[in-house]
Amino acid sequence: MSSTDDRHTISCLVENKAGVLARVAGLFSARGFNIDSLAVGTTENSEISRMTIVVCGGEEVLDQVRKQLDKLIDVVKVSDYRDVSHVERDLALIKVKTDKKNRSELMQICDIFRTKIIDVSPQSVIVEATGDEGKIEAFLELLEPFGVLEMSRTGVVAIARGEKILSVRES
Amino acid sequence: MELTGAQIVVECLKKEGVQYVFGIPGGCMLPIFDVLYDSPLQVVLNRHEQGSSHMADAYSRASGKVGVCMATSGPGATNLITGLASAYLDSSPMIAITAQVRTGAIGSDAFQEADAIGCTRSVTKHNYLVKDVCDLKRVIQESFYIATTGRPGPVHIDIPVDVLKAKTEFEWTEKINIRSYKPIAKPPIEQIKKAADLIKKAKKPLLYVGGGAILSGAGPVLNEFVNKTGIPVVWTLMANGAVPFDNPLNFGPLGMHGKYVSNMAVQKCDLLISCGARFDDRVTGNVSKFALNSKKIHFDIDPASIDKIIKVDAPVLGDLKMALEELMDLVPKGKLSSWQKELEELDKKHPLQFDLKDSKFVKPQYVIQKLHEITKGEAVVVTGVGQHQMFAMQYYPCKYPRQFVTSGGLGTMGYGFPAALGAKLAQADKNKPVICIEGDGSFQMTMSEMATAMRENIKVVVIVLNNYYLGMVRQWQEMFYQERYSGTALTAPSGNANKGQEADPGQIPYVPDFTKLAQAYGAKGIRVTKNEDVESALKDALKSDVLTVLEVIIDPKEKVFPMIPAGAGLDEIIVDMA
Ligand SMILES: Cc1ncc(C[n+]2csc(CCOP(=O)(O)OP(=O)(O)O)c2C)c(N)n1
Ligand SMILES: [Mg+2]
Repeated sequence: MSSTDDRHTISCLVENKAGVLARVAGLFSARGFNIDSLAVGTTENSEISRMTIVVCGGEEVLDQVRKQLDKLIDVVKVSDYRDVSHVERDLALIKVKTDKKNRSELMQICDIFRTKIIDVSPQSVIVEATGDEGKIEAFLELLEPFGVLEMSRTGVVAIARGEKILSVRES
Repeated sequence: MELTGAQIVVECLKKEGVQYVFGIPGGCMLPIFDVLYDSPLQVVLNRHEQGSSHMADAYSRASGKVGVCMATSGPGATNLITGLASAYLDSSPMIAITAQVRTGAIGSDAFQEADAIGCTRSVTKHNYLVKDVCDLKRVIQESFYIATTGRPGPVHIDIPVDVLKAKTEFEWTEKINIRSYKPIAKPPIEQIKKAADLIKKAKKPLLYVGGGAILSGAGPVLNEFVNKTGIPVVWTLMANGAVPFDNPLNFGPLGMHGKYVSNMAVQKCDLLISCGARFDDRVTGNVSKFALNSKKIHFDIDPASIDKIIKVDAPVLGDLKMALEELMDLVPKGKLSSWQKELEELDKKHPLQFDLKDSKFVKPQYVIQKLHEITKGEAVVVTGVGQHQMFAMQYYPCKYPRQFVTSGGLGTMGYGFPAALGAKLAQADKNKPVICIEGDGSFQMTMSEMATAMRENIKVVVIVLNNYYLGMVRQWQEMFYQERYSGTALTAPSGNANKGQEADPGQIPYVPDFTKLAQAYGAKGIRVTKNEDVESALKDALKSDVLTVLEVIIDPKEKVFPMIPAGAGLDEIIVDMA
């Protein structure tokens, strides 16, 4: 049996209608599932939105989450990435405390992580970091000594590599 | 033809074959009730919207058709919630239609505004807020489709008053296509074959039947399957009547207050075949001690039920009736007489029993047993929630599906009486007796519906098993809380000064006097205080041509046995207190 703090990424295509997000969010609270992040956006099809949900728990939790999501009338398709080669990205905007003295050191770290400084003011900068969660966590650790003043993250989005396509058309 | 939203609602209900609407009007609801005024639909005016919701739900359960209830915005809508939740947990297909404040006022804290769909989201299979009159027909059609297909359940439609007044072209078409909702029906043949293999190998198979068997209409096929294979049957509260009580392979109800033999059968079997049951905690007791000697087959139409509580060896996803029809040809004719004998012996060792002799009170078990005898086990029985409900399950095993109506999943006190009225209206045979078995506590929650029954001339018999207490809770206090009867005496003076003082039916008058209360409504009231009088009182009540309340005074100390304490294994069953 897998440990309860396993993380699983689920992608879910839903009708782009009012109230769907409330249904999904309500499901998670009502059933006591732990979610790490939930990201929602439009897709190539304007009638359909895509939700990417990261849940914590063992395989059986993942199975229940998938089945319960599938039961929601407005959910069209659910899939996860167990044994599927895929890419995950999370985007973070991070406001870091920095001044003349340590700015170049900070810029070096940003370079190494291939992140971008998108705004500079006398006392701080804003860094845009993209990557899987592991990369962002590692980057944040190095920023810690400077002082992270504020952060805003999108949550993970994911997509399978290669031929595998998640769409409403019957596959 | 151009119709208003309200007219479209009523037209659609007519097209869907609806005969009754249970509800109460109000400001935003006026347009619909105005159309109902000269429609063929019959409006049943309740005294509380909770009553409307239970009536609609029970109408569904008793008939297999869809019950419809209606309420106005705000308080009307929130009063439906208990009924929706009750229907949801027991997978009852019903439709609730509420009115909402006008579209432009939504979110402004307008008079009688409540976020109705926000409130009902977690207690319905699906819900809709209809903001455009052009969507109304589609939404109503989808609602009926969703409510009745797959695992059934309640659907709620909330309609702002301006949408009810707006006009659009209306044309009825049957076609429905919801791309995101494709319920499965036909079970995969490989799954059925796997189940058949397990059945062939089993020496002590057992059918564990739940409410899904009733919902799928699998009763007759199931009975045929039982007779062909010789596999013994036990059933949950929701499946009373799925297999006729007089089938010798029917070993009765299992679970917390089920029979000794049924619970032991689960622990002893080597193959447990769950048919439309969901391993509810009132059935399994402690899951880690449940049916450990068996492989498991699980027939269910809801994929999320599979492996939710118990890991099973062979799931069969889809409609139970279809599955059993397929399975029938794949399993051999069986005679499992030694296993059946073993169970018969167990049943003889610990049958359901009670002692009439030294009771100065009427025995509730006796009342229901007599009722069963007089009505040949063929009356429609509807219950409240508590000890009386468990006695009804134990002593009124049914003959047919849809004959026993009770709130199982949610355990809603107050369900019984309005539900009995709904079940009565659902009977094709208007002379079929409908008996409501109530507790004094449960009945008081919705007894104002006596007015509804009288006004609509709905004749049922209410048997109030009056033990002066919230008896089931009192039983737990007696057994597990050192006899500290906190907040359970319905008539004894309460408060700290009276700690330890018990309500004594011989000494103090009950508030209210149920028989006088019935009379105040124009109903018939009968009180019984002696076992000798039970039979004639029952016969009187059954003959009565108005609503009749038969109050039976029983011992507050009466307890329901057998009992499996919460968290114990099924074999830790307590047969009685001695
Ligand atoms: C609406 C609601 N409130 C509280 C409960 C908890 N409860 C379960 S059984 C019971 C007592 C029922 O009393 P009564 O109807 O008199 O039946 P009895 O057990 O005495 O036969 C209570 C309070 C419940 N099931 N439903
Ligand atoms: Mg009582």
